Amino acid sequence: MEELLSTFMRAVFVDNMLFAYYLGMCSFLAVSKNVKTALGLGVAVTFILVCTLPINYMLENYVLKEGALSWLGSGYAEVNLSFLSLLIFIAVIASFVQLVEMVIERYAPALYTSLGIFLPLIAVNCAILGGSLFMQQKAFANAGVATVYGLGSGLGWLLAIVGMAAIREKLTYSNVPKPLKGLGITFIITGLMGIGFMCFSGLKI
Amino acid sequence: MGLSNKSKEILAGPLSKNNPVIIQMLGICSALAVTSKLEPSIVMAVSVTAVVAFANVIISLLRNTIPNRIRIIVQLVVVAALVTIVSEVLKAFAFDVNKQLSVFVGLIITNCILMGRLEAFALGNGPWESFLDGLGNGLGYGIILVIIGFFRELFGSGTLLGFQVIPEVFYQWGYVNNGLMILPPMALIVVAVIIWVHRARNKDLQEN
Repeated sequence: MEELLSTFMRAVFVDNMLFAYYLGMCSFLAVSKNVKTALGLGVAVTFILVCTLPINYMLENYVLKEGALSWLGSGYAEVNLSFLSLLIFIAVIASFVQLVEMVIERYAPALYTSLGIFLPLIAVNCAILGGSLFMQQKAFANAGVATVYGLGSGLGWLLAIVGMAAIREKLTYSNVPKPLKGLGITFIITGLMGIGFMCFSGLKI
Repeated sequence: MGLSNKSKEILAGPLSKNNPVIIQMLGICSALAVTSKLEPSIVMAVSVTAVVAFANVIISLLRNTIPNRIRIIVQLVVVAALVTIVSEVLKAFAFDVNKQLSVFVGLIITNCILMGRLEAFALGNGPWESFLDGLGNGLGYGIILVIIGFFRELFGSGTLLGFQVIPEVFYQWGYVNNGLMILPPMALIVVAVIIWVHRARNKDLQEN
């Protein structure tokens, strides 16, 4: 239980996908213009992370890792398929994104139009593949921890994009130097938010 | 050179006016994450250029046979295969750098430049133009990466490619490396400064 909680808190605050590793930056910058859309995208990303991480965890530990196939019999104990992991992870993620896309199109058409091209692009949102790759690197104890890690990183990303969208809504009324308008100032704000988030880095739970 | 004007345009556009990172907002994730030193920045720039150029060629050759509905998955598979090759090559010949880049080699797959160029260019153009387009965009991305890496390593550690650049005397006079430059958030601010300079010089790129 303690492990779950600490994994979760670390994923949200200390190892925040966006501010510590810059993952999912492209959609972060492009979709953070208003809070509602940002919230929709954040929820979609969290959902996909929570669904794909346990699946990829199972695949990694029972199919791909060196010796992972030993449950098939002793002859398979030395098979190492880890070079396939990128391909398999991305395939799992892409099919899940397709699924979520269809669900959103059916039940929330307004959100579907406002997300536009960024919905199919969730498949190439680095935060999601990044989640699976970090899961591989961190070698979690069981699928439960991996799921909680997915939930934590998703919520951390959601927090970041909603915060950013709120700041940008206010920013419309301020006087920014012309060449910095739009993209430039967004970068600076993200940097400052990142420095803010660094105060969590010494945190131990 | 036997390049026509159109080819030159395709190759040179992404270097400045249509730069993938600072104008089109693509591929920012990795541009920020690997640039705390110059060497990984260069390796990353070369890897991405190679992957984007060849992925463009392959998709452009296949463009008339891919059914529209499943094109994203086909593109991802092509890209993932190329990235797997690059990652194995790096593991074999540049193990240390590969360690520093950690998950970011794998994340080339989700580098938006790749999907962006495949969708926007390779699906509608021939293999040779697509190759040039990929090369141009890869280089445009590489330039930004190298600039960021250069400044972050110079001010953050006082070295370039691992060699001491700032003389010892400066340190004795009280010069201190700016540790903040190594930390992630500063990459964003360096990019913002690049955008600022670039847009101040090209007024037509400014946003209203």
